[in-house]
Amino acid sequence: MFDLIIVGSGPAGLTASIYASRYKLNNVVIGKVLGGTITLAHKIENFPGFKAIAGLELAEKMGEQVKALGAEIILDEVTKIEQREGDFKVFVQSGKNLVSKALIVATGTERRKLGVPGEQEYLGRGVSYCTTCDAPFFRGKTVALIGGSNAAVSGAIHAAGFAAKVYIIYRREQLRAEPIWVEEALKNPQIEVIYNTNVTEVLGDQAKVTGVKLDKPYHGKDTLALDGVFVEIGGVPLSSLLQKMGVKVTAAGHIDVDKQMRTNLEGLFVAGDFTDESVVLQQGILACAQGAVAAFAAFKYLKGSPTPSPA
Amino acid sequence: MILTEQNFQTEVLKSDKPVLVDFFAVWCGPCQLLAPILDQLAKDYEGKIKVGKLDVEPNQALAQKYGVLGVPTVILFKNGQEVKRMVGVQDKSGLIEELGLDSV
Repeated sequence: MFDLIIVGSGPAGLTASIYASRYKLNNVVIGKVLGGTITLAHKIENFPGFKAIAGLELAEKMGEQVKALGAEIILDEVTKIEQREGDFKVFVQSGKNLVSKALIVATGTERRKLGVPGEQEYLGRGVSYCTTCDAPFFRGKTVALIGGSNAAVSGAIHAAGFAAKVYIIYRREQLRAEPIWVEEALKNPQIEVIYNTNVTEVLGDQAKVTGVKLDKPYHGKDTLALDGVFVEIGGVPLSSLLQKMGVKVTAAGHIDVDKQMRTNLEGLFVAGDFTDESVVLQQGILACAQGAVAAFAAFKYLKGSPTPSPA
Repeated sequence: MILTEQNFQTEVLKSDKPVLVDFFAVWCGPCQLLAPILDQLAKDYEGKIKVGKLDVEPNQALAQKYGVLGVPTVILFKNGQEVKRMVGVQDKSGLIEELGLDSV
């Protein structure tokens, strides 16, 4: 029996474990992949303490710290969680089931898909959700980044290091990434932004992507010839495990939490990108902060002194 | 097993056992997450399938030949032919199921 099981091995879950270990809570982290979404970031320049660091490296450093403080990280998939007489039973794919007195879930998000014809068909054949991984395949070619967020705009800058021409296709009239990224993208002669436009289909020749169809003509044409399409339109909360337990979620699927990261179920805390507190800004540092708060709230819960209600 | 353009023919295309080839790149975070899962599969299915890693950077011609434009991509070869392809990080049970490893 653990004091605390943490489901999710991204920045939120790993930080929760670091704090929990220092509160002397016997805890374990279970997650599908170490680091989660942050591992897709090729360069992070806004995480204090690091002028520039790759997402994967940052995740590995967090993982090392978790282990150094004595907690185990199990890379496995959680299939079901049950609450019985106040305890939490966590079922994992490999069959080793774990039990704890308190639970933090930080399963984050999965990449949002465009949901248009051709997207699935050409995955890995020109359609990608990871600029860091796949931009080098397009040396001297033409690619597009779909989206206007930090991930999309910084991804376009990264892609321009390989591709000859990079389009950013965004549905709004202004990019919403940090101004520092937007400025860099707009002054890059290889990058061209197509505003107020949606992609309605990914086109291909069976073997690979050849372009996209646009919902509004650009320079008089409703198709754009491309070799690669990078989709960076945010994430969808992975909240199904909790929804089955009766945890309250918002209409968009984010977990309804209070300021102590408590859910409507006693002893169950959440942190990271899939909480409704994260909707405003989905960033690693916010996930870490929420992980710390969740661990503190779990500690208070286990010690029997309730955390103060928000004033 | 490390695959290259030199040994691909003998180790993969002429193999008498099915071969699972991991097309990866050193700069790809998700590839590093997938690698230990494939190592585990190689152990679990030893004698039934072979698992090989192919770094796409020094082996661009092979990546191009098989139309690999994203990593990680795993391709299962049987009798020299591609029979199944998966793109992106997978968990172990998903790989076993999708690739039909329990029936090879």
